Amino acid sequence: MDHFPTNWGKPRDEAVDVYSTYPLHSRPRNQVDTFAEGVQHTQQPIVTGTSVLAIKYKDGVMMAADTLASYGSLARFKDISRLHPVGDYTVIGAGGDMSDFQHIQGILDDLIVEEFNEADGNALGPSEIFEVMSQVMYARRSKFNPLWNSLLIGGFKDGKSFLAYVDLLGTTYQSPSIATGYGAYIAIPLLRKVVDGREKDVTEEQARHILEECMKVLYYRDARSLNKYQIAKITKDGIEITDGLSSKTEWAFAESIRGYGAQNQ
Amino acid sequence: MTSIGTGYDLSASTYSPDGRIFQVEYAGKAVENSGTVIGLRVKDGIVLAVEKLVHSKLLVPEANKRIQSIDRHIGMATAGLLADGRHLASRARDEAQNLRDRFKEPPTLKAITDRLSLYVQAYTLYSSVRPFGISSILGTVDKTGPVLYVVEPSGIFYGYHGAAIGKGRQIAKTELEKLKLADLTTREAVIEAARMYGVRSHISRLKFLLLTRIYLVHEDVKDKEFELEMSWIGPETQGRHLSVPKELKDEAEKKARESVEQFDD
Amino acid sequence: MSHYTRTQSQQHPTQRQFNPYTENGGTILAIAGADFSVIAGDTRQSEGYSIQTRYAPKVFKLTDKAVLAVNGFAADGNMFVKKVKQRLEWYRHAHSKDMPLRSIARLIQTMLYAQRFFPYYVYNILGGIEEDGTGAVYSFDPVGSYEREACRAAGSAQSLVQPFLDNQIYFKNQTPVLGTSHPTHLPLRHVVQLVIDSFTSATERHIEVGDGVELYIILARGRGTQGLDSFKDVQELTPHAEGERLFVLRRELKKD
Repeated sequence: MDHFPTNWGKPRDEAVDVYSTYPLHSRPRNQVDTFAEGVQHTQQPIVTGTSVLAIKYKDGVMMAADTLASYGSLARFKDISRLHPVGDYTVIGAGGDMSDFQHIQGILDDLIVEEFNEADGNALGPSEIFEVMSQVMYARRSKFNPLWNSLLIGGFKDGKSFLAYVDLLGTTYQSPSIATGYGAYIAIPLLRKVVDGREKDVTEEQARHILEECMKVLYYRDARSLNKYQIAKITKDGIEITDGLSSKTEWAFAESIRGYGAQNQ
Repeated sequence: MTSIGTGYDLSASTYSPDGRIFQVEYAGKAVENSGTVIGLRVKDGIVLAVEKLVHSKLLVPEANKRIQSIDRHIGMATAGLLADGRHLASRARDEAQNLRDRFKEPPTLKAITDRLSLYVQAYTLYSSVRPFGISSILGTVDKTGPVLYVVEPSGIFYGYHGAAIGKGRQIAKTELEKLKLADLTTREAVIEAARMYGVRSHISRLKFLLLTRIYLVHEDVKDKEFELEMSWIGPETQGRHLSVPKELKDEAEKKARESVEQFDD
Repeated sequence: MSHYTRTQSQQHPTQRQFNPYTENGGTILAIAGADFSVIAGDTRQSEGYSIQTRYAPKVFKLTDKAVLAVNGFAADGNMFVKKVKQRLEWYRHAHSKDMPLRSIARLIQTMLYAQRFFPYYVYNILGGIEEDGTGAVYSFDPVGSYEREACRAAGSAQSLVQPFLDNQIYFKNQTPVLGTSHPTHLPLRHVVQLVIDSFTSATERHIEVGDGVELYIILARGRGTQGLDSFKDVQELTPHAEGERLFVLRRELKKD
């Protein structure tokens, strides 16, 4: 709403003018942006995050992402959290452009505050957050001004797990195990083998173990990854996001690889 | 009223010859006729309470709230025209969100009240609008600690340790002055409450006091039915503005009634 | 030979453009009978060589007598279905009845053509029962060209399935036994079996088809369930037997 009284106009009959608003003027509205033609939109991501992994399991949803934000091939920021809690039931994980992701965090935080202010006993769950995000992402791609991200939205509310994907094109889907970026090629086969069709049986230990395993494999194979990652857990007890974890890695074998170690072959 | 019939009280944009703006003063009358609203600022928290006069038995209990949330950590209680209170709360939320977006942190109440008072004041400048028929008590625990402000129809605002507006404000203020508000800490209040009334929580001690005041104050209008509405912000709410849990409220209300009966003896 | 080589800055400026579309695979199919209609789609959603999910519905109930299948760019498809459903709800509020099938078809053409210069990258097939009680299938291109047909396949395996349908439904390249003629409409049981066979075959030969298939079957008012009884796990979506009846039949497909 426009809260400025002088913008509310004056009575139609200027001769009468019972409210004596004359000579107050309304400020001009709906100004056209002269430079609209010259406005540039995001054509490529700049500072980027890599894969996000998430699975459903017995008690809820678990999600993992490393803490690296790359600037091209430069490992630019090594302690960026790509898992973000939204309200009390949802975690959103992001790959792609990190400034766009931080913008999304702002949108969602505003949304949660708006809902809190209602104080009507309802709270937004993961499915509602997902619906909002899918509409935001699709609306932005339709304006040729996409938010350059692949997002995973996971959560647990009213006894039900929820896990879904939405990306810069507005493409959406749900599945018991989802991975973005390189994870879609490297981690998904490993995750599906453990999770799909067994979501109700996989224990917390098993869930954590397979995610840690996948993060390790990704660290070995994805050049834009970092051996420092977070795991988020969303269950009936709420949201838990770990500090930076790391995998134990083994590089001795590299010495025997031609072109990597000593050139003695 | 000597001013009536002189013509100087018809517009907020006209001064009387002795420099008063009667429309603003009349707005103050709308506040004075309202149920009493009080706010307490103690060492680590805020409590807001409203004596909501129930003008019909057909009204749904607990409905038509007079205490609203402005942000996660900010509460606002109004005395006067309920609809004006709703509108001003909506404006306060816009301001809070604007500040939150700009600085990416929970806004301070000072910043919001500053802007809100400018807005209220703007409604005292034009003949085409009517000043707000409300006074608002705003409370928070922000990064500067517990804060309590009262915004009046003129647009003026003051900070308080304890505030009272509405019909029973005089008695309420006298009662509030008897308390060492700034010295009440959680610990002391808990001990005090437990010792004196066997009530466990410190805020319930606060609420007890508050209720005592409200119930005392209410003596003036005891012919009318009323409902007590209370909210709090403190360590127990993790800094969030929430309505007081029912059990606690019932307990406090009961003790308050007993103590009023003692006064009657 | 010239020593002049163009440097980066002397080359013609190129605009890299954001591509707002992708292709999510899958296939849809619909066949109209004399007094029924069958609309089906597989449930796999993919992008490139990645299977995104094994269950993403492409066939949607619009009313008790209209079902819409969408295939192409999934985000556009889901948005389009959402908007069609919204328009049908508004129609219900204004007229206290469901929109007739041919009107839905025309509505869809209008909505698609409205986006002529930024199209929904979606092939639509609408199936259902007309007001005269006949089974009908309408097929659309992404910008709204449409026609009523007896059968239509669309999507990534269209080129596999449509010729099969031409042969089995329209009896193309078949000559009837002397003194007999081909039937104009096939019985329901036969049609359902053809649809299932179409999807199992497409699954064998196309990597983007598989995981599962959903068949929606709409029966005209007053028609019995004959032809449907031989299939297991048929679930009815309409609350009572008066009026048109809508059923859904789900089958697993190979997941490789």
